[in-house]
Amino acid sequence: MLVFVIRRLLVTVPVLLAASLLSFLLIDVTGDPLADLLVQQPPPSEEVIEAERERLYMDRPVYERYWLWLTGIGGNGDIGLLRGEFGPSVRGPAFDVGAEVAARMGVTLRLVAAAVLLALGLAVFTGVVSAMRQYSAVDYTLTFIGFLALAMPTFWLGALIKEAGVWANGQLGATVFYTIGDSAADTRGMGLWERIADAGGHLVLPTLALMLTGYAAWSRYQRTAMLEVLNSDYVRLAHAKGLPRRTVMRRHALRTALIPLTSVAAVTIAEILAGTVLIETVFQWRGLGTLLVEAIRTSDAYVLMGWLMLAGTLVVLANLAADLLYGVLDPRIRYE
Amino acid sequence: MSERVTDTGDGNGADGATGGTMGGAAPAPRGQLRTIAMRFARHRPAVASLAVLAALAAFAFAGPLLWQWDHTVSSDIPSSAEPSAAHPLGTTSAGNDVLGQLMRGMQQTLKVAFTVTVLATVLGSVWGAVAGYFRGWVDAVMMRLVDVLLIVPLLVVVAAVGGNVRGGTTWYGVALVIAAFSWTPISRVVRGVVLSLREQEFVEAARAAGASHARIILRHLLPNAAGPIIVAATLLIAVAILVEAAMSFLGFGIQAPDISLGLMVQHAKTAAFTRPWLFYPPGLTIVLIALVINFIGDGLRDALDPRQAMVRG
Repeated sequence: MLVFVIRRLLVTVPVLLAASLLSFLLIDVTGDPLADLLVQQPPPSEEVIEAERERLYMDRPVYERYWLWLTGIGGNGDIGLLRGEFGPSVRGPAFDVGAEVAARMGVTLRLVAAAVLLALGLAVFTGVVSAMRQYSAVDYTLTFIGFLALAMPTFWLGALIKEAGVWANGQLGATVFYTIGDSAADTRGMGLWERIADAGGHLVLPTLALMLTGYAAWSRYQRTAMLEVLNSDYVRLAHAKGLPRRTVMRRHALRTALIPLTSVAAVTIAEILAGTVLIETVFQWRGLGTLLVEAIRTSDAYVLMGWLMLAGTLVVLANLAADLLYGVLDPRIRYE
Repeated sequence: MSERVTDTGDGNGADGATGGTMGGAAPAPRGQLRTIAMRFARHRPAVASLAVLAALAAFAFAGPLLWQWDHTVSSDIPSSAEPSAAHPLGTTSAGNDVLGQLMRGMQQTLKVAFTVTVLATVLGSVWGAVAGYFRGWVDAVMMRLVDVLLIVPLLVVVAAVGGNVRGGTTWYGVALVIAAFSWTPISRVVRGVVLSLREQEFVEAARAAGASHARIILRHLLPNAAGPIIVAATLLIAVAILVEAAMSFLGFGIQAPDISLGLMVQHAKTAAFTRPWLFYPPGLTIVLIALVINFIGDGLRDALDPRQAMVRG
């Protein structure tokens, strides 16, 4: 098992490296981190531009910069992914990219975790109900909702949910739904429980919006998988030998029908990660999603690179987790 | 050739006739196309969706020729007016006719989506077919690149590359960027199909007759993989529409003074309850287009690729 995990991780290293090189070149070709400075009014002096160019290592050729970004050898100590440094930001020398990413990651991960758990639960439930009542009115309704969810633009639904929250607050004359930010503007003086309750309250509406991405992909998948299992011989046997219906469904059918879902779930987590960019923008969170938007707007090359690497690593880890879950759910699979 | 037509049991035989006929005019397509059309026609949501899509396209491309206002600001248009006879979908605060904007936005969206689909499908199909046909190290290298491209979420990489370009991009630029990163799933599908096709007799026959690698791939393998390719391409249209809209919403896609559906939502994002005529038309249009395309894709899957057909609901 441990050997399997290590081998899988080793295989992904070259893939991640190639992805980093490709992203680095693309970002270099498409944007210039100095662009904002060059068009500033009044125009900054030549020395200021030169100093900034040197601080961002833009005075070096791109291959040298990539090596520097990766290893940090020959830099000023603020760059080198392998040393845990993301590199300098266009926002100035005082802006520590690593600390900013760490602070925002907690915010984003709690949104992703809430959305994934809620979507998984709902998708498994509706998928199983759909399959057990195939071709009934319930099944048709749920299938149509699934199609609708698949066609729904996340950002539009997010904006609708947010405005509905604002409207409901207005009607009730009190702030029941939090519609802006990931937590209260001022959390000083709050106890631990108050903070958790505050963050949870801010989580409700964005989670509802983000959940849809996962639900759309998973519910239909779960229905198909469950149908396949329900029509198989061993489920018929379980019924025939007189097991209660609940036991057959839970112990025999559902357990097998969950296996295909794990592999789709890993793929969809990448899409949910992209969804946080939209949802955080709509709800004005200070998370990783809005950090990406800010980095793109200012051509903040190293922040952008750090973000892409982080997203890539999360996707790789999600895939690995899916592979391991396979083993838990399906006893036929052994990791040698 | 006719026995190949009926041999849909192992999946890709459905299109066998087109590729199976070595040179010369293929007599088979009669039964082939009829069967597919009949199977598609049985899927009623898909047929209805095709009609809706045609109506939407006509509205987007012919509408602007008939309607007096386009998407730009005009001093003759009242500001923030509710829907009326003169402006059926109301106006924006700057003085745009929302109906004119909607038609233009749909036009841009459809243009981007179809350009993406054509480019990505061609690239993905050829890529996957070459990898699956040659196998060995060619396959390993080519599919590793696909793994690399798939590692970062599509919207993120597209926004990062497209949004990084200063001064904004045209609809064509947006389409190119989306296409450059969205062909990978198609290449995986095609590779899988080609891996099984290449072992069949008609490929061996073509090789024995002296056909070049290029000819075998383009004339024999790809036509036989047409079913899965068409299905994957249809679903890609819906993906492209949603990604383009999301890009525009973030401000990294089509830029003002031009308009797209995502940009309209961006402008109206707080108007859902105050000026609903600004908020609902673009959003619901995106939903409608993506919905009908998914239904068409579902119908095509049933008609072309019975092996993979979803249990219909």
